[in-house]
This record gives sequence, structure tokens and C-alpha cells, in this order.
Amino acid sequence: MLNILKKFIQKVFNDIFSHRGELKLGFYGPPNAGKTTLANKICMDWVGEEIGKVSEIAHETRKVSVKGEVEVEHDGKKLTFAIADTPGIATKIDYEDFIKSGINRAKAKQRAKEATKGVIEAIKWIDNMDVVVVVLDATKDPYSQVNITIIGNLAARDIPVLIIANKTDLKKASIKKVQAAFPQYDVVGMSAKKGKGMDEFYEALFALVG
Amino acid sequence: MVTLQLMPYSQIEGLSSLGIRKLLDVAKDDTVVLLQGRLKPEEETELIKATMEKINKDFKGIELAVVKPGKTKEGGFASIKNDIINAVLGDRQGFTLVGPANIVKAIKKDPDRIQLMMNKSRKRR
Repeated sequence: MLNILKKFIQKVFNDIFSHRGELKLGFYGPPNAGKTTLANKICMDWVGEEIGKVSEIAHETRKVSVKGEVEVEHDGKKLTFAIADTPGIATKIDYEDFIKSGINRAKAKQRAKEATKGVIEAIKWIDNMDVVVVVLDATKDPYSQVNITIIGNLAARDIPVLIIANKTDLKKASIKKVQAAFPQYDVVGMSAKKGKGMDEFYEALFALVG
Repeated sequence: MVTLQLMPYSQIEGLSSLGIRKLLDVAKDDTVVLLQGRLKPEEETELIKATMEKINKDFKGIELAVVKPGKTKEGGFASIKNDIINAVLGDRQGFTLVGPANIVKAIKKDPDRIQLMMNKSRKRR
């Protein structure tokens, strides 16, 4: 049963990414780190439309969103990506947290239910990625188990990883802490919201896969 | 009162998805589990997936910490011996903490200590 399900997911994924030469670029990380904000920025820059909705409330992205044929040019070199924005990975989801954020009880419960499914979906998609950008909130503790689990899984699968220390526009942000936590990876500091650090991002991404 | 259950390495060796679910069932029962040895990254994601499937109005998920031992100054033969033991018998160094999120608010790690932040108002099932 599990194998059938796995094959079905693989087929759906292959159908989505049927265009040859596209690199499957996944955006992973904990909730509210800025994955969708960064994916939106890239999509807006190169195809003129966003990939998903952004919110201050965690778990806004509850399904994997894919945007294919995103042709990116950097330093005279072109690469075509299929961008997959994934739901934030978490070990706990409490609908009461959503109520505290101003969502009514029924919607909060529904959001929590969808968020749990989103986490499972995000994990299932890891195997299909060619390269992954792990987006971390640089104002938070980088040593959280979710961060370590995501990066450990990518390393176990030999998937190239670029780490983003996001939200550098905020006072509490520390790129150095993220670098110290993951010294074996390239870490790019940026503010996806303000569009700061995009050149360094493309530079590091092209160096990783180019 | 918080119950801390110790689990020997033999119970997590080659942890299958059934084993993961067993581990989760213990943690769900308002118990903090201290496993000898470390979960592999794939086992950690299996545990997260299984946790997501079980979340409901009473069970909010888990706090998880996989703790590696600090680097020792062992070298030469001792280091090779440990590598061989780990390769043959599995990685018994370090430990894994799994606690239900309604009891454990957060787990903080630093090189010298582990801190379990507990929730003040626990919601019992």
C-alpha cells in the first residue's frame, strides 16, 4: 500500500516537472522563516507572478506550491528551475496558537488539520529535489531540532543545500549564529521581505548547481 | 508529576515505522522518553510524520532533541575501535529525548547541559 502511494506521488511529481532541463529547487525550513517570501521574490523577479500567500501567522503555506519554467540569469549564465515552496516543518501544531493569533476556533482547527498534512507532504517531497534552499529565521535559535532534522535528511540524501539566514533587517538577527551552527554549509544572510541580499543569494545558488 | 521513561538502545535498533509508532505511543502517554543512542535523520522525519498523523485536540505534537556526545580527545586505536563498534552495532553514542508538547514546552541544548522547559498549565487527556 505504501509503495503504491509512493509511486503515485512520484508520478504526480514527475508529471509536474516534465520539462527537461529544469532543476527542482525546493524551499524548506521551519514555519514562518520566510520561505514563501523568498520564493515569491524569485518568481516575481523572473516570471512576474507570485507562488503563494504570505502571512504573519504560522503555517500559511499548507500545501506544496510549484512554479515551473522559472528561468534565472546570473552573470551571463542561465538556469531553469521548477520552484517548490513547501509547508514549514514542525514537530507540534496547536490550533489554540492560531486562535491567539485572531483566527476563530473552527478555522483554527481546520488550519491545524491542514498544517499537519502539509508537514507530511513537505517531508515526502524531499526525495524529489535536486537542490534545496533551507530558509531559517536568523532571529531565532538555529540549533532547533527541526533545522537539524531537515539539514540532516538532505545530507543523508546527498542533496545540495544552501542555507539562508533570513530576516537580517531585524535587530535580533545573527548570521554568525547560523554560520556557527552549520559550518559545513554556505550561509547567505538576507532579508527576503526587503529584497536585500538577492545578488549574494543568486551567486551562492549558481555556485552550488551551476 | 512527569514520568521519565528510559529506553535501552536495543529497543530502537533498526527502528521500523512500527517501532517509531511504539515510541510515539509512549510519549503520547504524558511520558518523556529518554532513548539510549541517536535516531537517524530518516527516523527523525518518520517520527515527525507519525506525530502529525496523531495530532488532535488533546495531543499537540512532540518536542524532540537528538543529542550528540561532545568530542573526546580519543585518537588512534580507541577512535578506530569506536568507529568499528558504531558501524557494526549501531550508533550508541548520545541520546534522544522525546516529550509530548503539552508537557514539554521546549528543549534547549548547549554543550554542557540539556534544559527541558515545562508547560505551566498541563492539559491532561
